[in-house]
Amino acid sequence: MSEEVKALESMIGEEYKYGFTTDVEYEDFPIGINEDIIRELSSRKNEPEWMLEFRLKSYHAWKEMEEPTWFNATYKKPDYENMLYYSAPKKKPQLDSMDDVDPNIRETYEKLGIPLEEQKMLAGVAVDAVFDSVSVFTSFKEKLAEAGVIFCSISEAVQDYPELIKKYMGSVVPARDNYFAALNSAVFSDGSFCYIPKNTKCPMELSTYFRINNMNSGQFERTLIIAEEGSQVSYLEGCTAPMYDENQLHAAVVELIAEKDADIKYSTIQNWYSGDEEGKGGIYNFVTKRGICKGENSKISWTQLETGSAVTLKYPSVILKGDNSIGEFYSVAVTTKKQQADTGTKMIHLGKNTRSTIISKGISAGRSQNSYRGEVKIGKKATGSKNYSVCDSMLIGQECGAHTFPYISSENASSSVEHEATTSRVGEEQIFYLMQRGISEQDAISMIINGFVKEVLKELPLEFAVEANKLLDVKLEGSVG
Amino acid sequence: MLEIKNLHAVVEGEDIEILKGVNLKVNAGEIHAIMGPNGSGKSTLAKVVSGHPEYEATEGQILFNGEDIIELDADERAHMGLFLAFQYPVEVPGITNKTLLREAYNTIARANEREELDPIEFEDYIESKLEVIDMKDEFLERSINTGFSGGEKKKNEIFQMAVLNPVLSFLDETDSGLDIDALKIVSDGVNKISNSENAIVLITHYQRLLNYIKPDHVHVMMDGKIIKSGGIELAEELEANGYDQMQKELVLNGEAQ
Repeated sequence: MSEEVKALESMIGEEYKYGFTTDVEYEDFPIGINEDIIRELSSRKNEPEWMLEFRLKSYHAWKEMEEPTWFNATYKKPDYENMLYYSAPKKKPQLDSMDDVDPNIRETYEKLGIPLEEQKMLAGVAVDAVFDSVSVFTSFKEKLAEAGVIFCSISEAVQDYPELIKKYMGSVVPARDNYFAALNSAVFSDGSFCYIPKNTKCPMELSTYFRINNMNSGQFERTLIIAEEGSQVSYLEGCTAPMYDENQLHAAVVELIAEKDADIKYSTIQNWYSGDEEGKGGIYNFVTKRGICKGENSKISWTQLETGSAVTLKYPSVILKGDNSIGEFYSVAVTTKKQQADTGTKMIHLGKNTRSTIISKGISAGRSQNSYRGEVKIGKKATGSKNYSVCDSMLIGQECGAHTFPYISSENASSSVEHEATTSRVGEEQIFYLMQRGISEQDAISMIINGFVKEVLKELPLEFAVEANKLLDVKLEGSVG
Repeated sequence: MLEIKNLHAVVEGEDIEILKGVNLKVNAGEIHAIMGPNGSGKSTLAKVVSGHPEYEATEGQILFNGEDIIELDADERAHMGLFLAFQYPVEVPGITNKTLLREAYNTIARANEREELDPIEFEDYIESKLEVIDMKDEFLERSINTGFSGGEKKKNEIFQMAVLNPVLSFLDETDSGLDIDALKIVSDGVNKISNSENAIVLITHYQRLLNYIKPDHVHVMMDGKIIKSGGIELAEELEANGYDQMQKELVLNGEAQ
């Protein structure tokens, strides 16, 4: 097997290409966390009083909470007192034109393959670029505004759309929801805000590209997407970070609200730095993502390709409140080296005839640990509801682990829950079979992995499917539509 | 075309010899049948010849068109035109038959500096081969062997053989687990593929298959060696008397240890 492991390691564990640092002058900001720091952060952002109140309340909630330890991962706890909670490049973040963006930052995004000039961008994709704590640029704003779609940084939204923020922020993930959500609610720095008005199909893909650059900073972004009745939106986030020996904390909160007949598709390609061979360095990716299908016939779909981070704790969830609403979770989690991922989803069925689908594919290699943790809960009133879950794990080599923790409960008799799980090893027989047909060992492994994750990757927006495949470095077969 | 000389082989990392000096010569245009009881080493012979990593050849030679292929990887042997129809075809979920075969066909073409087929040309080519095993189009779009019945898996092996058009094919117990109708279809397919330029080695337990595919040579394998070779009459003798009887006679005649 060792040959195969090597071939695979070189394929998915190949040297991290995004590990460079950008030389940027930062605003001075004190290290650590306390009330004064939160006040300072809020005033730097020129926030209204109610926002500061929200932060302080969250901070006090966080102070009373204990850091959780129930997941299947061990790591050195972040040093919250010595972290930098606000890291903004010196230039003013309110930008109207590309020329105002620090050339170094602009170059950073170029290097990452995300040019900020609209004419160079992927046609049909609007980008919000978040660099450390602040959004540095949002493209296609005017074009989106014509359709009535608001796409801006969350900081701008606090200033420009306070009523929407007041109404929705914390409505899906309350500050007290969990330890990391509370911390985020206290110190969140920036993130994206999307608002899709009634009966509007968002004319382009929306995406946010998160970059952590500063070594000492944590990133606490906040994303809020509101899809009004009958609207539709597809949103994608991508993430990278430089290679540092120290761990950095990324504790985001994402809230999605789908009103009646609305449809939100949220995709993630997560490629934070994962640490080195011995597990030194890398991002702690502790993220709370939750959507609510508020109105009837609404739909929320999460698709994620998780390849990076030293430790990932993440459970994108859907609360199926509206009758006939649909929740979906498609996930590929790849762990190599000494990465640890504990990820999955929660589907909470409250409305009648609600349906959820969970397709989770875990690939573990090296000395990594990959856990699927999923909860499906069907409430008393959610009659006629259905869940279908598949979680498949693939092991490569002898030193990695795959684990499955499903929690299933149904409180009414007319609903059904179906759960399937398989674990397989990339087998010598499979590889030999393909090689006997003339295919090289490397291509054989690629094919097997490509086949394993295909069901999930086909859910990604077309524009990003290529990037996703490149990330897995799996050759995309011509026949894949 | 193929000449195996005094081939010895063990399971990689173990001492127990499974092949104990096999000699076999196959010429173009011939069909050979290797028969033998369970555990005689006949499937191992097919795997060793096709380069399965689980086995190690410890002595002897496998000459394929004059070149000793013992050190070559399985894919390199395939590029030379060697094909193995698996006894237990392997499932590869998520990759269609067509994708595998186009990739395989073009990889082999590249290795031999022949022209590759583009997807449209390949579509025509592969469809023309479906009739070999009497299969419908939809067969091409299904994931490799995934959820196939036992019979479909075996048919798929012969279909792949038809598409890749190998020089030398080992068919490892392709008849096992087939009902009589499927056996007929598979045998017809093999007969259609067989021509004066290629050679086929059937590995089988039963004489039944040989009613449909007529071998030019029959070999009996026992305890890691070919102990007797002859024509079709050898298969008939086996069917009538069984392997035990043949072994006893050979011992009596001093032809086997």
